[in-house]
Amino acid sequence: MNRSQSNPWLARYAVLTALATLGLICLGGLVTSHEAGLAVPDWPTTYGYNMFFFPISRWTGGVFYEHTHRLWASLVGLLTVALAVWLWLKESRPWLRWMGVLALFLVVAQGVLGGLRVVALKDEIGIFHGTLAQLFLVLLASIALWTSRWWREAAQEGGADYARLRKIFLMISALVLCQLALGATMRHQHAGLAISDFPLAHGRLWPATDPTAIAHYNQARNEVFALKDITAAQVWLQMAHRLLAVAIFCAIAWAARQTVKRLSPHHPLSRLALGWLALVTIQFALGAFTIWTNKSADIATLHVACGATTLVTGCLLGLMAHRRQEAPAVTPPLAGTRNALGPRPTQQPA
Amino acid sequence: MNKSNIDMKQCFRLLTAALVTSVATPLFAGEVSGKVKLDGTPPAPKMIPLDTDPTCKVLQLKPVPTRHYVVGADGGLANTFVYIKEVPGGKTYEAPADMPVLDQKGCMYEPYAMGVMVNQKFKIRNSDPLMHNVNAGVFNFAQTSQGQETIKSFAKAEVPVKFMCNVHPWMFSFMGVFEHPFFAVTDKDGSYKLPAGLPAGKYTMVAYHPKAGETTQEVTVGADDKKTADFTLKVK
Repeated sequence: MNRSQSNPWLARYAVLTALATLGLICLGGLVTSHEAGLAVPDWPTTYGYNMFFFPISRWTGGVFYEHTHRLWASLVGLLTVALAVWLWLKESRPWLRWMGVLALFLVVAQGVLGGLRVVALKDEIGIFHGTLAQLFLVLLASIALWTSRWWREAAQEGGADYARLRKIFLMISALVLCQLALGATMRHQHAGLAISDFPLAHGRLWPATDPTAIAHYNQARNEVFALKDITAAQVWLQMAHRLLAVAIFCAIAWAARQTVKRLSPHHPLSRLALGWLALVTIQFALGAFTIWTNKSADIATLHVACGATTLVTGCLLGLMAHRRQEAPAVTPPLAGTRNALGPRPTQQPA
Repeated sequence: MNKSNIDMKQCFRLLTAALVTSVATPLFAGEVSGKVKLDGTPPAPKMIPLDTDPTCKVLQLKPVPTRHYVVGADGGLANTFVYIKEVPGGKTYEAPADMPVLDQKGCMYEPYAMGVMVNQKFKIRNSDPLMHNVNAGVFNFAQTSQGQETIKSFAKAEVPVKFMCNVHPWMFSFMGVFEHPFFAVTDKDGSYKLPAGLPAGKYTMVAYHPKAGETTQEVTVGADDKKTADFTLKVK
């Protein structure tokens, strides 16, 4: 079988699959923002129909969001199957072929988790479903990077700086993942906003969480949709989400500064790190607007999407720093072409 | 002939038992009634965005407000569960045979608050020409056509169980599930009356409203007492 590391169409297809997955996460965000997760009470059928033949005339209210999410998930499933097969047949690196298999396993697990969330009526499954979706997206984005021309042509530039940057990027990405898991927990408890003001919290720097205060918060809520009552634990959870947001913002700002300082302002990684800082700034603002708009579905969904993109960017930065640090078996650029995303190699492979 | 005699005897026994029960119950058991009032000004209701489903908007000709606080002219608070906290007499009460109805009409649940006994069957009806899902936490099922009915019951006491429709997320209502029949839901004036037949004794009475919260009071009921127990819940 003719296998190689150079499969430009495979790389483009991996990007497409990752983008489709980001779209799926957005649709999942719309489902929870509209409290529509259980609008279709059966699975894998939809109101007794094969989901692909469910009449469009019945895609009303919450059904629209949940059913669209299921159909889009089916599309991502098919894209992932094709990606795994393509990798298996055409990719020469065995570990990358197995990454395709892992993606296939994850997409199946995600589908089953989504279905179990519906039929078992357990919020906890939804939290796991929401968090695993982020990891799945990271894997697909990583496959897109590993199959890219940049990855093939990237060359070692200097060990120590990249090793340190890789550590910084990946540690911050781990923090972002924790933050996304906290966000998923808040969303999948279906209690709306546990704290409805910002930057204060129930009018104070640190909100009261005694039973009287919680009863008061619940009484004061004038919700239109069916939401569960908030609890003290949910107030603490949102405070943890806020504090971690500040920590992550500071950490990414510091990481961007370190990158610019250690490399150069025009280095591709510096640019991407600055983009990462821009993303987390937007994400911070979206978080604030989520509260100021009383969790408007569109804003809350953008917050989910931007969070996922922030995680992916951090992980890709970590992988790119790793690639620059490790001495790769560089395939020399084709004659007349230039290394796409970075300076020319400073040393030739042995 | 013999069969007919047996039937006659059985009928006579049943009639006698029914007569004794109906006469004796009011004589040897108490009754409690009263009113629940709301102290304070609740938040103004919001209008429900029915246009998410155009059919709902057609079914409801007027704007529909939220029903967190339905307060009568003199402060009487509707949709409050009033019940005896303990199981009166410490005995096991059989669930009645009648089946109350929780209806979905005009993309709203009717009634907003209702009570049933543990294991008492009740009907969930879809009176709308569109589909709803009925999600009560322990079950979630579809009712796709007008006139569809489903019979359900709860095996455990719980106040309240929240019903919701995720197709139309503004649709929700509350159900109280009790181990005994001595409960009521206040009407639009805030009045309630517990069923007759409460055994004499000292009880803790609870008034619970999904938004205004809970308050309790001790009530001692004599053999043929007619007690009044009023409650006040506060908007904090």
